[in-house]
Amino acid sequence: MASSAAGTLGSAAAAAATAAAAAARRRRDLTGYAFLIPWIIGFLCFTLGPVSASLYLSFTRFDLLTPPQWIGLDNYVRMFTADARFWQALKVTFTYLLLEVPLKLAFALAIALLLDKGLRGASLYRSLFYIPSLLGGSVAIAVLWRRLFEGNGTLNQILLALTGWQGPAWIANPDTAIYTLVLLAVWQFGSPMIIFLAGLRQVPQDLYEAAAMDRAGPVRRFFRITLPMIAPVVFFNMVLQIIDGFKVFTPAFVISSGTGGPVDATLVYTLYLYNEAFHYFRMGYASALAWVLLLIIGSFTCVSFVTSKYWVHYDD
Amino acid sequence: MTIDGSRSVDSAATVGAPSPAAVGVPSFAGPDAAALATIARLRRRRLVFDLVRHALLIVATFGMLYPLLWMVASSFKPETMIFTDLSIWPHSLDPTNYVTGWTALQESFTTFFRNSIVVAVLVVIGNTLSCSITAYAFARLEFRGRKVLFAVMLMTLMLPYHVTLIPQYVLFQNLGWVDTFLPLTVPKFMAVDAFFIFLMVQFFRGIPRELDEAAVLDGCGPWRIYWKIILPLSLPVLATTAIFSFLWTWNDFIGPLVYLNDSAHYTVPLALRSFVDATGQSNWGQLFAMSVLALAPIFLFFLCFQRLIIEGVAHAGMKR
Repeated sequence: MASSAAGTLGSAAAAAATAAAAAARRRRDLTGYAFLIPWIIGFLCFTLGPVSASLYLSFTRFDLLTPPQWIGLDNYVRMFTADARFWQALKVTFTYLLLEVPLKLAFALAIALLLDKGLRGASLYRSLFYIPSLLGGSVAIAVLWRRLFEGNGTLNQILLALTGWQGPAWIANPDTAIYTLVLLAVWQFGSPMIIFLAGLRQVPQDLYEAAAMDRAGPVRRFFRITLPMIAPVVFFNMVLQIIDGFKVFTPAFVISSGTGGPVDATLVYTLYLYNEAFHYFRMGYASALAWVLLLIIGSFTCVSFVTSKYWVHYDD
Repeated sequence: MTIDGSRSVDSAATVGAPSPAAVGVPSFAGPDAAALATIARLRRRRLVFDLVRHALLIVATFGMLYPLLWMVASSFKPETMIFTDLSIWPHSLDPTNYVTGWTALQESFTTFFRNSIVVAVLVVIGNTLSCSITAYAFARLEFRGRKVLFAVMLMTLMLPYHVTLIPQYVLFQNLGWVDTFLPLTVPKFMAVDAFFIFLMVQFFRGIPRELDEAAVLDGCGPWRIYWKIILPLSLPVLATTAIFSFLWTWNDFIGPLVYLNDSAHYTVPLALRSFVDATGQSNWGQLFAMSVLALAPIFLFFLCFQRLIIEGVAHAGMKR
């Protein structure tokens, strides 16, 4: 503003005006940074600093008591060549993700479709379905899950009463323990469901009317209209759930009493990392684990975004 | 898309949705018998369809909520009945489990609830203040490097907490903060929850700039604009931030697990965990009673702020 007015004035005045403008700009910058002070401190102390320190620590042996000792790539080499538990943790985590994410999204979408299109009481159902998402991450629910899936637990009592079949000890059995975690995750389909509902509302109603004119059945309408129109929402939900799934910790910890057992069947990656760091105090190795996790999550997100253009269609 | 924007879509959808009578009416020439029959048939089909939907939904709801209801009922049952009784009706409202469970551990649950409340309240205050100040700078102020810093802020959104966990622990240990509430609360005063900053930036951008300009003419500086104009107009997003901060902190397990050692400093989730370990499999009634109490505040929050919570979830999903 000041500089455009300066053209009509003398050159001395113009110089003064530019100086004033520069001063004003500096003041403006400083105001901006002043408001950012808390965030900048937080970013440096609790994000950037720790991330760099973590990268450094991943190349060291560090037990908290003695100073970190540089060992180069040893942590990474050991992880990929000599650590069976690392591969087990990856296997458990990917099994969990491959089951949990599709099932949860399918449930969420199915219920969202049932609730869509002006059903009386839809908002009550929506609230009730959301309750598990709200409570599910807490220790209290993990405790309940232990009771439900024990050998003499509630599920087996129901099965016994209904079918006369005595079910296994779901949690104590290494073949089935992971499914109790999957079920706990799928049980919390409420939040992707709410996101789906918001997405379904945005699908233009006239598309369905046009399809009804063309006598397209409900299945065709779903695959030709609904699904393509909400593909961005499906995509968003999927990325969100995958990232969340990698971070699962509390239920695995509580259900297995912190061990990841039976025989490492519930040793999700985060739990392995936690135990390496805070149980065995192998902080260097745990940092390397954290960086591998960061790279895995990062590449997953990248791959999702790169491939998304082939199957996600954005309107705008 | 702003929060207000999604709300208008909301109402448009409910207007456009049902009215089965309007669907497929063949002629406008008057109520001839064939048209009336078609309408009646469509109505009937619609009714049957809705009944099927309700039936499916009721079964699904019951299946979903059964574990919770059973836990609440069991918390009133004597120990012997928990193993055999599948009903979700407590039969009697016997508070024994609550009374004995409250003091079953070394410290009573009074301590644990007080600790949880202290941490949660501090986090709520820290998050709402620091994130709104940061969001105000990003949404409203002009300064060099704003875009770069904003992009950096968004990148921290993607960062899994595991990567910072260990160095942060080392840092807090060197500061002598381990086994205090400081590691759980102080960072929240430094706007570390990028998600809330993002939410607020979006909301602030929807507030008309004319208000700021008028305030500048009246001699208001940026600080007063933030405090007197932006904040009072942003109660919905501030409330969303406060509510989710509370819920997430109340449920947080790994933070307290890493930083709190002395049982006098335990929060409720840690106390429940040690309850499981201490009493083994023998005191399910008391354990359930304390679990119900641990979940009760979350549930009450949901009852009070249902609309904000559900809108918050829907909105977080609609960001592009």
